[in-house]
This record gives sequence, structure tokens and C-alpha cells, in this order.
Amino acid sequence: MPSGRQVQVDYTTMNRINQKLNEDQKLLSIYFTAGYPNLEDTVPIIQGLEKAGVDMIEIGLPFSDPLADGPTIQESSTAALKNGMTTELLFDQLKDVRKSVTLPLIIMGYFNPVLQYGVEAFCKKCQEIGIDGLILPDLPFDVYQEKYEPVFKTYGLSNTFLITPQTSDERIRKIDSASDGFIYMVSSASTTGAKSGFGDEQQAYFDRVAALELKNPQIVGFGISNSATFQAATAKAKGAIIGSAFIKHLTQNGVDTIVDFIQGIR
Amino acid sequence: MSYHADEKGYYGEFGGAYIPEMLYPNCEELRQNYIRIMEEPSFREEFQQLLRDYVGRPTPLYFAERLSEKYNTRIYLKREDLCHTGAHKVNNTIGQILMAKKLGKDRIIAETGAGQHGVATATVCALMGIECVVYMGEIDITRQAPNVARMKMLGAEVRPARSGSRTLKDATNEAIRDWINNPVNTHYIIGSVVGPHPYPDMVARFQSIISEEVKGQLREKEGRENPDYVVACVGGGSNAAGIYYHYLDVPEVGIIAVEAAGKGIHSGESAATSALGKVGIIHGSKTLLMQTGDGQITEPYSISAGLDYPGVGPMHAHLFKSGRGEFISITDDEAMTAGLELSQLEGIIPAIETSHAFAIFDYKKFEKDDVVVFNLSGRGDKDLQTYIDYFKL
Repeated sequence: MPSGRQVQVDYTTMNRINQKLNEDQKLLSIYFTAGYPNLEDTVPIIQGLEKAGVDMIEIGLPFSDPLADGPTIQESSTAALKNGMTTELLFDQLKDVRKSVTLPLIIMGYFNPVLQYGVEAFCKKCQEIGIDGLILPDLPFDVYQEKYEPVFKTYGLSNTFLITPQTSDERIRKIDSASDGFIYMVSSASTTGAKSGFGDEQQAYFDRVAALELKNPQIVGFGISNSATFQAATAKAKGAIIGSAFIKHLTQNGVDTIVDFIQGIR
Repeated sequence: MSYHADEKGYYGEFGGAYIPEMLYPNCEELRQNYIRIMEEPSFREEFQQLLRDYVGRPTPLYFAERLSEKYNTRIYLKREDLCHTGAHKVNNTIGQILMAKKLGKDRIIAETGAGQHGVATATVCALMGIECVVYMGEIDITRQAPNVARMKMLGAEVRPARSGSRTLKDATNEAIRDWINNPVNTHYIIGSVVGPHPYPDMVARFQSIISEEVKGQLREKEGRENPDYVVACVGGGSNAAGIYYHYLDVPEVGIIAVEAAGKGIHSGESAATSALGKVGIIHGSKTLLMQTGDGQITEPYSISAGLDYPGVGPMHAHLFKSGRGEFISITDDEAMTAGLELSQLEGIIPAIETSHAFAIFDYKKFEKDDVVVFNLSGRGDKDLQTYIDYFKL
């Protein structure tokens, strides 16, 4: 980790994501699709994850056309929408979440639903609820900087950008300098849930990014499904995100066994 | 003010590249190179030669005497239906396969709805000996069996898109996912003026051969390059982009875009994006698209599989929003009747997509001296079964 992060930090002004990133352990972040398996599972899943000891939660706002996602998240999104999930309903479900949950909460989704809700209205609502950040993979970095950064900042939201094995060093540095939180490191050229295990190519990419000594820590996502891949992903990075594998677990075992899944990871 | 794309791929407020980072290197490679490659003499020469000797260009500009007489105006038909493979689609796939070769790609992917773009892509891949995978919605595969067989015969692999509504928009999603998973060796041949920058501009440039030819042909036939109107059907909008292209910034040429109203604009079964769409993001482009209040993309309907796309290319969104283009929506019934009329007045059976354009005479009156150029974008062979069922032939 760069030395800048080791100095005395004023925790009172930092949001929950940055506080968490300053802790010593490797972070386990879990993604799930809101409204799946059942419409009302959103808050029970969040509470279950906090209890099971994860470090961060990404709440997936379902979208009809999730083009960066593999079959598992596509199917959970379709099911969630069929169950009746909407942006408004998600905000309603989350309105009291901060009474019982202290973990960093991030909403992850595609840009169109946010655009329809109104970017500023969306951000404002996130702040009211106590959401700490957003991940919108199809909101490009340059458009964000040009148009939306001030709005995100006004409402205290951190925005996380993705990098991939194909992202050049130069672009990674640009993204790093514009980020304030963590960098979402997509493990391989793939949609979510596509690969199992990491090969030499991933290792070379992990090494390349580590050598850049970025100011923001990296959290690896895509292709993390079990303890072995979690260990491999976090050997160099600060943490890892599990999505598809967790959703599969929910499909097969329901919401009550979250702790079993998490204990199997670390 | 120009109606062409600016350097960032925007047409007014529409366009751009709203893509996840996984697609950034692919799109960026294209963006940095497409204009340079298209302007290389060796590229232009090969493109022109293939359009001439393989596609059969220039396509005729035909004065439709009986149709003109009936509607008391001067109607010309740009005969894109006479292109190899039966529609204008091949202009773009020839251009893009040459582009892919220049970029060193050895694998092609494409999406298709009715199968016309899939066939045009499979055709150029066969021509160049390049591996070809076409994504097609599972439902469309059943509906368009002859085109599936054509693609297979041409050596392409047809992969069913089983997600979502299992039609064109989902086939496009699957093609994009394939590209994410194969970012280095694969080129994605998008079939219309949709998708992230630079696709809308690149596809429009490849299709611009249509209006380029019209200019010269009109000069010969009418003694002037500019018609009073150019008319085309719009799904994603590639044939329209082609016939508008050289007239976009010529204000005295009226631009008419014809969309599919399906069973009626407000029937809930329609593809009239200009009437029903709101600004949003689809397949990496900011444009008008049909969606719920919650920003979920909805499923369009039209009797013609080539017009049932829930969005419209950003060029067309801008033409609509700015008022530069006049947009008319035509129902299934009106289109079918117009298709029959064109068949019987001119001896040309049009694709059902194209039939929509010929149904505007109840909504748009032309002067006797007006020169109106219709893009006859495709032929009706592929739609014979639909015509047979509809007219009980």
C-alpha cells in the first residue's frame, strides 16, 4: 500500500468505504441482486451479510439489459424485475437500513435506470439512506468527469471505476487520479461469473497493477467464487468481490444460510 | 449546424460511447483508426471494387412512373433491393470486413434480428475466409428459419440468444458479451447505425454510398443533385442514414423517416421510437429508446422483424429532436397494403420493412413537381411467408 495511506487519517470526515479500506485485513465484498430470490429479501440479505462478517456490500439494481454480466446475474436480474423490483421500491426497502447495518453499502447497476430516476435525485436519495458509493460500469469515466462528478461529490458518494487486463497503464493512472475510494479490478476479459480460477495471464495483470503503486487500493471482481480464488485475488490486491457464486448459493440455499457461504470463503 | 457526428460521436445530445471499461480498448482502437483506414487509397479501392463487382453497385435509380402517376408527384426508387443478398446491409458488412482485416482481426461476430444482417455478415466472412459467429434471438431463429439456413450454408455459426426477450436486442447483448470475452482477435460487425461511437458514424459512412450515387443519378435524370425529399424506413436506421447522408446538411432536401407503429402507436405493440421513446442509454449509445418509467428497456413489436428495435440510431434521434427530419409512423396493416400496391404498380415486391416507407401518402402530400427519392432498401423474398399468411395468397 502506498505510504500516503499509513499516515494519521481523520476518520470523522471519511465515508465508510474509505474507513474500511484503511483497516488491515483483506476485504471481502459481496454483490447481490436486489429483489432476488424474493422481492423482500434485500434487507435480510444485507443484515445476513453483516452478521456473517463481510466487509462491504454491493446492492445490485436490476436492469433489463445487463450487458457486462454473465448468465447468473442476468437471470437474477430478470427474476428480480419480474418480482416487481424498481428503483423507487429499492430505496423504500433501504430507507431504515442504517438502523441495523454499519457496513459500507454501494449500489451497483447500469446507468439508464439512474438516468431515468434523475442523476441528482438518485444521488440525493442515496445520501439520505446512507449509501456510500455507486458503481455504474456503463457510465464512462470521461462523461462522469465532465458532467456528473460535482453531483456525486455534493451528496458524498464515491464513484468506483473499473479497469481490465486490457486497460493501459496510462489509463489506469488517469482513473486512479480521478478515483477516491477503490479501483474495481476486473480479473479477466470476461463478463461476470465466466471464468473459474486464474491463469498466468491474470497473474501477470495482478503483478502489473501492483507495480503501478496506485493511490487507491484495488478490489478484484469477476471470477472469484471460493476460498482459493479469493486468496489468489487478494494476494496483491486489497480485497475481492464475489457476485455470481453468492447468487447461485442464494438460489440453491436461500437467505438463511449466508453465513455458511461466507465461512467457506475465509 | 451539422447533422453529422462530432469528433466524440455526438449528434446533438445523442450518441457517445456509454460502455463498460471492458469494451473501451476495442472501441478506442476502432475510434482511433476508422477514419484513417477508410481514407487509405488501398482501402477505398478494394471497397469500391467489391461494391461494384460483388455487390452489383451502383444500384439503379428508377423512375416509378405508375406510382408517380397515382400520387401525382415524381417518385424515384433507389434499388438497394438489387444488392447481393437482397438489401443495403451488405454495403456495411463489406466495409467492416475490410476494416477488420486492416485491424488484424481473425474472428467476426454479429447480431441479427430478421437475419438480413446476419446473412450479409456470413456472406462477407465466406468471401474473406474469416470465422463468423452470428447471435440471433431464439424466437427469431424459429421465425426466420430460411435465413438461419442461409447463414449456416455460408459457413457461419448461429448462436441462439436465450436471455431476456430472446429477440434482436438480446442478440445484440449477447454479441457485446462475446466481444467482452474476446477483446483481442474479434471484430464486432454491428448491422445498423446504433451502438457506441464510432459505430453509428462508421456504419453511416459505409452506407453513404447510397446518397452519393443518388446525387450523380439525379443530376443525369433531373439535371439537379438534390431531390425535394428523401424517404426511408427506420428501425435502427442504417438504410435511412445511407440515403440521408449527403443531404443531411442541405436544408432544401426534406428528410422523411418512417417508423413501424405495429398495431398502432398506443396499442402497446409498436416500434415507433420517436413517438414513444425517451432519452436513455441502449447498447452503449445515448439515444431515444422505448423504456419503462423505471428505465427498463421494453420490447418493441412490428410485423417486420427488421424494424422491431427498441431504440433508434443517435443520428435519427437528433434529426427528430431538432425537427430536421419529419417522422411518420405506419401500422402493420398500412405497410402490408403499401407492399402489395408497390408489387402491383411497379412489379417490385419489397421487404416489409421497406413497405412501411411506401405507406406515407395518406400522411404526407407531395407537390406535382416534387422529386421524391425512396430508398427501396430490401426485397421481399424473405417475407413471402408473412405476405402469404397476411393476404391468404
